[in-house]
Amino acid sequence: MSAETEASSAGPPETDDGTEPRPPFMVMFGRYLTEANSVMVTVYSLLMAFVIGAILLIVSDDAVRGTWSYFFSRPTDALSASWDVVSSAYVSLFEGAVLNFNTLDRFAAGTADFGDILRPISETLTNATPLVLTGLAVGLAFRAGLFNIGAQGQLILGMLGALVIGFTIDAPAIVHLPLAVLAGAIAGAAFGAIPGLLKAQTGAHEVISSIMLNNIAALFLVWAISTEFLHSETRSELVTRPVNDSAVLPRLLGPLGAHLRVNAALLLAFAAAILVWWLLSRSTFGYRIRAVGFNEHASATAGMHIGRTYTTTMGVSGALAGLAGAALALGVGSGGVTTNTALEYGFDGITVALLGRANPGGIVAAALLFGALKAGALSAQPAVPVDISTLLQATIVLFIAAPALVKALLRLRTPRGGLVTLEAKGW
Amino acid sequence: MRLELQGLTKKFGSFTADDDIDLVVEPGQIHAVLGENGAGKSTLMNMLYGILKPTSGKILIDGEPVEFSGPGDAIAAGIGMVHQHFKLVGPFSVADNVQLGREHTRAAGVLSARAARQAVRDVSEQYGLHLDPDAICEDLPVGVQQRIEIVKALSGPKTELLILDEPTAVLTPAEIRELLGIMRSLADSGTSILFISHKLKEVQAVADTVTVIRRGKVVAELEPSASETEMASAMVGREVALTVDKTPAEPGEPRLEVRDLTVVNDAGVKVLNGLDLTVHAGEIVGLAGIEGNGQTELARAVLGLLHPDRGSIAVDGVNVARLSPAARIDAGLGYIPEDRARDGVITEFTVAENLVLNQYRNEPYAKHGVTDAAAVRERAVDSIAEFDIRTQSPNEPVASLSGGNQQKVIIAREFSRPRRLLVAAQPTRGVDVGATEFIHSRLIAERDTGTGVLLISSELDEIYALADRIAVIYNGRIVGEVGPETPRESIGRLMVGAEAPEPDAQDAEASETPPTDAAPPETETSSTSTQDSATPDTEMPDAPTPDASGPDADEDDATNGGDRER
Repeated sequence: MSAETEASSAGPPETDDGTEPRPPFMVMFGRYLTEANSVMVTVYSLLMAFVIGAILLIVSDDAVRGTWSYFFSRPTDALSASWDVVSSAYVSLFEGAVLNFNTLDRFAAGTADFGDILRPISETLTNATPLVLTGLAVGLAFRAGLFNIGAQGQLILGMLGALVIGFTIDAPAIVHLPLAVLAGAIAGAAFGAIPGLLKAQTGAHEVISSIMLNNIAALFLVWAISTEFLHSETRSELVTRPVNDSAVLPRLLGPLGAHLRVNAALLLAFAAAILVWWLLSRSTFGYRIRAVGFNEHASATAGMHIGRTYTTTMGVSGALAGLAGAALALGVGSGGVTTNTALEYGFDGITVALLGRANPGGIVAAALLFGALKAGALSAQPAVPVDISTLLQATIVLFIAAPALVKALLRLRTPRGGLVTLEAKGW
Repeated sequence: MRLELQGLTKKFGSFTADDDIDLVVEPGQIHAVLGENGAGKSTLMNMLYGILKPTSGKILIDGEPVEFSGPGDAIAAGIGMVHQHFKLVGPFSVADNVQLGREHTRAAGVLSARAARQAVRDVSEQYGLHLDPDAICEDLPVGVQQRIEIVKALSGPKTELLILDEPTAVLTPAEIRELLGIMRSLADSGTSILFISHKLKEVQAVADTVTVIRRGKVVAELEPSASETEMASAMVGREVALTVDKTPAEPGEPRLEVRDLTVVNDAGVKVLNGLDLTVHAGEIVGLAGIEGNGQTELARAVLGLLHPDRGSIAVDGVNVARLSPAARIDAGLGYIPEDRARDGVITEFTVAENLVLNQYRNEPYAKHGVTDAAAVRERAVDSIAEFDIRTQSPNEPVASLSGGNQQKVIIAREFSRPRRLLVAAQPTRGVDVGATEFIHSRLIAERDTGTGVLLISSELDEIYALADRIAVIYNGRIVGEVGPETPRESIGRLMVGAEAPEPDAQDAEASETPPTDAAPPETETSSTSTQDSATPDTEMPDAPTPDASGPDADEDDATNGGDRER
């Protein structure tokens, strides 16, 4: 019964009268730009993160800091030195992630082939692939009001599942590869369903149980690699056997160059994104997920089985993380899986899901951005510290997660429906 | 204090919430502002209290124009407000809550608990509002919490005008009666009161003058002696039937048979204690009782959300104990939950999605797990037309609808599928006159199609208007089943357990709340014989409760009964 709800509930008949003409497009657009809606908050978060990154680049460079000490006698020194360090860092990030201008010149001169031009893109897509899948895993759980912190553990189990099927079976690729991928999904689903089942049966909070399961998975991986069953027969360090050739994910751009690592898992990830979108918007299962996520009391009153929804949602979420694991295990090629293969993809999935606001489209975009940052940072080092990529990611997420902060800093207007903050129930 | 509003207007963009409102509150007067949900009452009060700035127009206090830039200014000018939703800190004591924002401190900012307690006692005694300063807020009944809010508002530096925004929405009948008494005695001691409401009987009972607003405009100035029909018509803007036309019921075979139903809650209290109840096809059974006597649990047990510890529930002669809520819904059980926002709708979902909330997986709305968006939309378009749901489109989130229209969404959902039994819990709570009229006529029509209807309502008026048979619940059991012509006094007596076999309910809390409360407002309430809440109280002296002395004790009894359930 606040003034706002009164206004909005009784509003329609008034506005329909058309007493006020619709403002011109540019005015509407200008209003949109100065409003704290979720699109503009994301855009401003990215911009502000890059500004903060620039400041830190300037501060952390000794030579540039030196020029600032005599700023008032020769300000151009400090400004141009700062510009140089910031622009060169961001340009080299761009060159490592999207397009390298040197390669372009060499291609024009005939010293590089077309595949070399695609290399940065390939690296970005390779890094983005598992992030799309883990982001979807976390995002789907978010929609049911669940916070799946356990994507890392589910990814590890999925990796092991795909690996085992990958080297134990001898079959043609057309059968073997889907089987290995499926094994990864099933292993992830089984591991992911555990916290959902515990929540449904006992009320145990999924955050606590999935964190614990992450530890179990990580330590299980260390032990599993050292077992005779999994350990590489030819190498002494902690590395598993490689999967058979028939289970290796084919490289998408192989004919253009052996160094183009992006493989068929990318298509799998995009297909998963479309599937999750379809599930959420078109299926009764997705309807139930969203209903339970918004209001479990009303859902229960309407006859939905809350506990079962938790368990199945966590299972599907785990399957998506397991697919990410399969993509890693089946994508490494002739090398085996090590304790390092999983990196932090599961945890990064949380930030990807947050940045994508738990929407499949947003998650794909966020994963591509993070993949690009990672690829750019790896290729730009040591000239640009690798931490700058981590820092940018962290700052972006910080702003995204706190729209009120962005709104206050930039003095944006509150949008009609209020600020959108993504949160899991109970936290 | 004399308050005058001159041409007060508030616009939100192109929408005018309040348009040129003129209003005068004389000193010591209770001025009721009557209007439907969304009429602009709350906007008006928020302007008065400094929360919103008027677009144009003037507020005059004792003839002087004032401008408020925030509630602080309004408080300083002598205006106190009791919000519809209480703004209390649950775990704090009464004294801590009252001094919130203007803490009594000694040197170096140390809180002075004694001064705070004394301040509460001073205000309490001055206005005859008894409160224990050391009681913890969240442990107190809702009516007492509201008293805290009133004391809080009155303990401003020089509060002379009190704004009460829909103060009775959350109260039990007995608490409502007491509140009205408090209001009268405050007015008699010189405080002006602006009373926002859409409940006609309360306005008639307590107001000195009535202003009706509709769509942001003042449409009528009435005397409280005006008839209910007159007030309702002014509010809604058309003729309203306050009585429901219905033919005698033609009960058929039993639809719902509840036998010996017992539910023990987590605290080990028997919230339902051997309850027996039968609802036949084609009749409305009204379940009367003070809230908290097991009504909620009974409804949840019938739906299958609560598992009974003993007893049986049969629908159409079939024991449903092993059926899930979904199976019971599919078997034709309809349910209108009492807490709309919590159990009835998903406010983030669209109108269309909410209309299929319990059928989303059934044909024609879905096939093989795939939602048929066209069928859902078609259904929404039909329901919006049939049930007159006021929404911009089927794709609006339900949160943007008024309370009455949200309730219509629930009604439409439950009435648009085959059903054999309907459990309607507080179906018109927080719903305005126009929508109430509509819902009542739909319930009667529902009965006439042969559905068995269990109507759970804390408003005796609603029970009388609709029920063919009245069952009274007290302490988790049915203490009487009577016909619809039974006088209010008898039902009121049953509701407070006066004729119940267990007279041990009265002693627990009665000693904590000595009967030094507001003067009994007999004059106001007894003049309006239809005041349903009056019945339990006026009857109490007859009841076998040795320690009951006056209306307060009755109130304690009522809340006691309620507390024991929790």
